[in-house]
Order: sequence, then structure tokens, then C-alpha cells
Amino acid sequence: MNKNTRKIPVRFGYLINTALFAALLLGGTKVIGSGAVSMYHTKVILLCGINIILALSLNLATGFLGQLPLGHAGFMALGAYSSAIFMRNVTILPPEALFPFGILIGGLMAAFIGFLIGIPALRLKGDYLAIITLGFGEIIRVVLLNIDDVLGFKLTYGAASLKNIPKTTNFFNTFLCVAITCFVIYTYIKSRHGRATLAVRDNEIAAEACGISTTYYKTLGFTVSAFFAGVAGALYAGYLGVLSPSSFGFMKSIEILVTVVLGGMGSMAGSVISATVLTALPEVLRAFSEYRMIAYSLLLVIVMIFKPTGLMGNYDFSLSTLIGRFNGNASKKFEKEGGKHE
Amino acid sequence: MSVFSTIVNQIMNGLQTGSVYALIALGYSMVYGIILLLNFAHGDIIMVGAYTAWLFMVNFGQTPVLAVIAAVAACTVLGVVIEKVAYTPLRQAPRLSLLITAIGISFLLENLAQLVFGAGARPVPRIFDMPSVSVGSVSLSGTAIVTLLVSVVAMILLNLLIKKSKMGKAMRAVSEDTGTAQLMGISLNKTITFTFAVGSALAGIGSVLYCAAYPQASPTMGSMLGLKAFVAAVLGGIGSIPGAMIGGFCIGLAEAGATALGLSVWKDAMVFAILIIVLIVKPTGILGRNLQEKV
Amino acid sequence: MSNLVPVPSRGMVPERDVKDRPVLETIHLGIDFGGLVAVDEFNLVIGKTEIAGLIGPNGAGKTTVFNLLTKVYQPSRGTILLGDKDTSGMNTSQVCRAGMARTFQNIRLFRDMTVAENVMVGLHHSIAYHTPTAILRLPAYWRGERNAREKAMDMLSIFNMQDLGGVKAGALPYGAQRRLEIVRALATNPSILLLDEPAAGMNPTETAELMENIVKIRDTYQIAILLIEHDMKLVMGICEGIAVLNYGKIIAKGTPDEIKSNTAVIEAYLGKKEGQENA
Repeated sequence: MNKNTRKIPVRFGYLINTALFAALLLGGTKVIGSGAVSMYHTKVILLCGINIILALSLNLATGFLGQLPLGHAGFMALGAYSSAIFMRNVTILPPEALFPFGILIGGLMAAFIGFLIGIPALRLKGDYLAIITLGFGEIIRVVLLNIDDVLGFKLTYGAASLKNIPKTTNFFNTFLCVAITCFVIYTYIKSRHGRATLAVRDNEIAAEACGISTTYYKTLGFTVSAFFAGVAGALYAGYLGVLSPSSFGFMKSIEILVTVVLGGMGSMAGSVISATVLTALPEVLRAFSEYRMIAYSLLLVIVMIFKPTGLMGNYDFSLSTLIGRFNGNASKKFEKEGGKHE
Repeated sequence: MSVFSTIVNQIMNGLQTGSVYALIALGYSMVYGIILLLNFAHGDIIMVGAYTAWLFMVNFGQTPVLAVIAAVAACTVLGVVIEKVAYTPLRQAPRLSLLITAIGISFLLENLAQLVFGAGARPVPRIFDMPSVSVGSVSLSGTAIVTLLVSVVAMILLNLLIKKSKMGKAMRAVSEDTGTAQLMGISLNKTITFTFAVGSALAGIGSVLYCAAYPQASPTMGSMLGLKAFVAAVLGGIGSIPGAMIGGFCIGLAEAGATALGLSVWKDAMVFAILIIVLIVKPTGILGRNLQEKV
Repeated sequence: MSNLVPVPSRGMVPERDVKDRPVLETIHLGIDFGGLVAVDEFNLVIGKTEIAGLIGPNGAGKTTVFNLLTKVYQPSRGTILLGDKDTSGMNTSQVCRAGMARTFQNIRLFRDMTVAENVMVGLHHSIAYHTPTAILRLPAYWRGERNAREKAMDMLSIFNMQDLGGVKAGALPYGAQRRLEIVRALATNPSILLLDEPAAGMNPTETAELMENIVKIRDTYQIAILLIEHDMKLVMGICEGIAVLNYGKIIAKGTPDEIKSNTAVIEAYLGKKEGQENA
């Protein structure tokens, strides 16, 4: 009987989620398409979406793996440039039709390099992992800057900027990507694979002793994290229309890190909210843009001192997203049944 | 000029930059050895030193000597203040939080500098001007020789401090076992503060020497400099003082080599490639210690 | 190098009838740390359903042996045969999947997960669905999760912990944490269970209960158990065969009675007798 009552709310929850998602997607596209929302606000919304995906992807690495990769902007750059170069040079279909492929290519390129980087990097821990990923991020940036000289032809245009990228990013595909990212990450975490990943983070030696291949899960988590960063990069390229390696340096990695840390490393909802607020707020506070970075850093330090796990921080993924709340989270129910310990 | 003298000059260049890296790397190593923190803000302390020197010489019109003293003093004070305000409250926090705070402080310093002094580079007047020295057919830069001498002397003094002085012993004890050191009556706070002070003072000296070679101050100068010095510390073995020195010189020479081969645009990538190779092949560095987790 | 010669079944104690191949056999197992020989000439055979004990003074190398068996350290020499598999070249997770589970001297639970989740991590490989199934939430996922949860509760009931399912592992009292670690290890479906000081920190009542439970586990799951212990009542009470380790070498092997009267063992623990006998 218990099993049945647990199943129904979950299935019902999914129905609600799907309906909500469809409504937002189609409704949002309609509203923005009709011109009711200004160009300026649309841009902010798109940027929010991109930053949400970035934050979620880094959150995967920090919250799940318990590590601190500092080169995330590098993956974003790889996704952006791969997609941009593809979109600029391939013309068999109109840009709007090609863009899904561009996004996929961006994600896969970033995932591939992420996989390669993971091989040496994931053998290290803590500070060393942070530094080696920082190193790789910087190398990616320098390579993107100078590769044309090595290749002999213009590929990335380096510091001169890669221009004329079709601006195919719109509300529909951004929202879709955000939804897919949330869905994939959530369903992954709430599965035996997610449990295994969290076990690896919690106590690596114990996880190995339970038969879980830590190398496999760390690599998988890191690669998927890179994939979504690449997707965000591709969307960014289609949003801005112009790319330059200097926008993907250490500073950018730190910005993404700040977003994740403030939202709480290990909290999906935290990342979503944090990314939205940190994207929208500077636009609202245009007048104070000079102080934005100072406010960021100060905020970061203060939050770390007073609440080291982040504003919404918690390591337990069983809370958080709106979807989770709708699904009447099985383990939360369990907790109620379990009661207090002796 | 003969090829030989060009090579010698490049080597001198490498040793000069390497000395600066070494002085900064010493600070990184010392702090890591004692509280296991990668002090990301360390590089930016140099930036503060450079701006202080600039302030004293240009704004206040003081002599270079006074500017040097001011710069070193400012760095030392800043290092200690940061430690007390930002790192001490996090002594018990997870290491990740401490690392993030250090990154936050680094960011804060850079952006404050940008706000106050503007994003552009400010020329710093010559702190000292040394004539070139001729050895045989080769003309060596006087500045380079002074830089090299100063850093070697600094390292020797530091080594003496660590090995012979009471505080040095305390530092070594705390880096081995914090709990037991305290049980022996060593004041944890005083030792850590002292470590930061010495490390920052060395960074201050480093900033002065750096400005002697590259007389410019800009808000982000510390970050790349600090990162490279950090690579030097890792290369030499983080936690090891002679290691920091060796690492610094290696990185400096490697960069000089790259420039000599006309590959100076790849300098930064090369330094990070060295870091990656070290971390893969021998993460504890040339002279580093091994820390194994007990199962 | 390994010699996969079929060995006639014998446990640590030859007379015991244990049928077929032994579940664990180590041949000339040893490890050096730098210049220090930590374990040497460790030869052991454990029968399929035997409860065996590894005892010795502190620092003798008992946990090191466990670490060797589970490949936390790679042996410097020797062979380990688990069933009919040579574990050379395997890493810890592979050894676990091959059938050797362990608990740790300093409890290693997943402190941020609940009790049930800890056990379900142990069940990881017995749950059948793959990643795409999980992401698409196909029926196999729901089935797999439900079965896993039920199995976890069943296993927790051995130690009467089924009501603690939703409690965070880090919040449990010490004794319960030890028991949870054993359940989690059992969940990996091992053929031999290594317990590192399972009774540490327990009072006599808890120890007696533990002794019952260990025998119950062996009887229910038909597995072998090798335990490290300092509590002599437990060791002498339930172990069928005992090996004594001192300075990394086995100094005696046999039944509890044999070990109790073995002079080398007494010397190792108490030192050489000087004149008068002590009670």
C-alpha cells in the first residue's frame, strides 16, 4: 500500500511539471516574439538563461565532486568557439535550423576536452585540482588567442575577435536548454549513479570499498559538467555574435564560481536563483556598475566567513528544486517515516 | 654583440625574473606549509607594494629609499590584516571555503585598485639605477645582479630564521602538527601571523625588485605574477623554502628561454604546461614532502 | 606471479569441513614501506563459511593486511586468490565487486547521506538500470529503486535498524554507526566480509549482541568472515580459526584453544615470563 501511495504523487507531479514547462516555453516565446518585452529585457533574460546553465554545470563539479575546478571558462570558450566556427562556415541549412547542431557540437567539443583534462586532473585533490584546472583554463585561452599563427590560416581570429556569428540564440532555444540541463542533472542525481557520485564526494575510500569506481564517476561528472558549459558557450556565441578569448579568462571562471558559491555548492535551486539575481541585478543597478565587481568579491568573502556552505548551501540534494518539491520527494517522505533516532 | 653575450644576458634576465618569482613563491610556500592554504591574494600584495612605491615617489615626492620601506611595510601590514580579518575566522571551516575566500580577497584587491587608480598602468619612477657591469666581453645588467643578490641574501636569512630562531622552530612545529604544537605552549595565532608577515614582507621586497625591472604598476599585475610564482612554488615543492627558490629560478629561466626562441606569446601557456607536467609526474615537486592519507 | 593450483579445501583449521575451494587464500603476501618490511610471508587460507580472527599486538600490521587484501596498498610481493580469481592488478573497487567487502577501523560512513542511502550505495551494483533509463525515468528505474529500498530495509532489520532509515548517518550514535557500516558492506554481496575492530568502543552487552549477529550473518548469507579484534572474549567466542600477527609476520595459527596456550602468542602480548607465573 505504501508503494502505491508513493507512486501516485510522483507521476502526478511529473504531469504538472510537463504542463508547466510547456506553458512557460510556448507562452514565453509568444510574449517575447510579439514585442511586448523590450529588446533590452529580452537580452537580460537570455543572459540569465546562459548563466543558469553555466552555474548548474559548475555546480555539478563543485557540489557533486566536492572539488573546485577553476578553469570552467575554458570549457565555455571551447563551446562558444566550436559552435561559432561551425555556424559561420556551414551553410547547407539556414542558421536557425543549424543552431541545434551548433549547440551540440559546442557541448561535445567541451566534453571531449574536459574528458582529456580529467585524466590527469582528477587524480589530484583539493588545492592541486583547483590549480591544475586553472592552468588548463589559461592554456585554452592562450591557444585560442594564438592558434591562427600556428595553423597558418584564420580560425579563431584571436584578439581581433571572431565576428559575424549568426545571432540565433532566442528565448525558445535558451529556455529549452535550461530545462534540459535541469532535467538531466536532476534525474541523474536522483538515481543510483547520483548516489554513487555523492558517495565518492563524501568518502572516496569508502566508496571504492563499496565497489564504486571513483575514477569512472569523477570523470563522468567532470565531462558532463564540461558538456553543459560548452552548451552555454554556444548559446553565448549566438547571443553576442562576436567572440574574443579575453572574455574567457580566469576572471570569468571566478564569476561563475561566485555564482555557484553564493547559491550554495550542491544546491540546484541555489544556482538557478543566484545566476538569475546576479545577472539581473547589475542591469537594474546600472548606475553602480563600477562597484559591481567590488560588491561581488566583498559578498563572496563575507558569505564564506559567515556561511561557508553558501547562501542556500546544503550538501543534500534531496531538497532544492521546484521539481523536487512537486515530486513529493521520496526520501523526504522516508525521513518522516524514519522518525527521530534513539 | 656575440651570441654568447646574448645567451648570458638572457640567462641574467631569467635569473632576475626568477628571483622575483622566488621571493613571492617563498611566501606561498610558507603559508601553505603552515595552514595548508593557497593564498591567492598573495600575488595581489605585490600590486599593492608597487602602488605604494608609486604613491610615495610620485604623489608624496619622497626618496626612493623611503618608498621602498613604505612598500615593504604596506605589504607586511596588508598581509597580516588579511590574515586576521578573512582567514582566522575560517580556521575550522572546510578548506574549500578558505580557498574561495582567498580568491575573493584577491578579486577585491584588484577591483579596489582599479577603482582608486584606474585600470591603466602607471609608470613607477626608477627605484634604483645600477650601471652595467662588464665581465670580460659580456655586459651584465646591474639591476639584475642586485636583484639576484638581494633574493639570495633574503633566502639565506629566511633559512637561518627557520632553522635557528625560536619563532622558526614554532613555525616548523605548527606546520607538522598544529594540535601538538599548541599543547607545547606555542601560540598558534602568533605563529601564523608571523608567517604571513614574513611572507608578505618578502613579497614587498619582490615588488620593489620587480618595479626596478618593469617600472609599471597596474591593478592586475599581481595576478599573473602571483600565479607564475605559485607554479614556481609547486615546481620546487610547496612547503619547502629552498624549493621555492629553485622553482622560481627554473620558471624565470624557462620564460627567458621561450622569449629567446621568439615564442614569448606562448610564455604563459608554457608556465602552466610546466605546472601540469609537475602535477602529473611528481605532485610534491622537486623538494616537497609527501602527505599520505591514513586508511 | 600466481600458481592457480586447485587446492584441496582447508580452512585455517584443517579439520574443519568447508567444501570446495577456500574463499580466500594468500600466498607469500608482503609489503614494504621504503626500508620497512611491514608485512611478510603472510600465508592464510579461509574456508567458504569460516569465521576467522586476526589478532596481534598494536602495530603488528593487521589493518595493513586488510589494506593489502582490499588493494588500498598494492602488495610488494605475493598472491591473493579470491575464490578462483587472482586479484593481482585489481584496484579496490574491482576487488569489492569480486566479492570482498570490508569495514574500517575509523568508521567511514557517508555521513551526509541517510542510513538507508548508505546501504543503497552498497547495493549499487545489484541495481540493474543504466544511466539513460534513469534520465528518462523508464519503469526499470522505478522498479530498481523500489527493490533497492526494500532490500536495504531488509538488511537493516538484521541489526534492528529499520526504523532509522531516514536518519543522517553522521547523527547516529557510535555503536549504530559501526553496525551500519557492517550492513553496508554486506549489501555489496560479498563472499567474504572483512571486519576491522567491529567491537571497538562497545560495552559487554553490545559486544555479546555483535557476536550473535556476526554468527547470524554467516549463517544467513553463508559467507566467510575475517575479523581483526582486540576483544578476546569475542575472538575466542566466535572464531573458528585464529591467526596471530606480530611485527608483520604470522607467529601462530590454529583453533582458539591452541592459540590460548601458544607460548609465542603469550610472549608477543605479555612479554617473556620472569620467574613466577602470573594468574
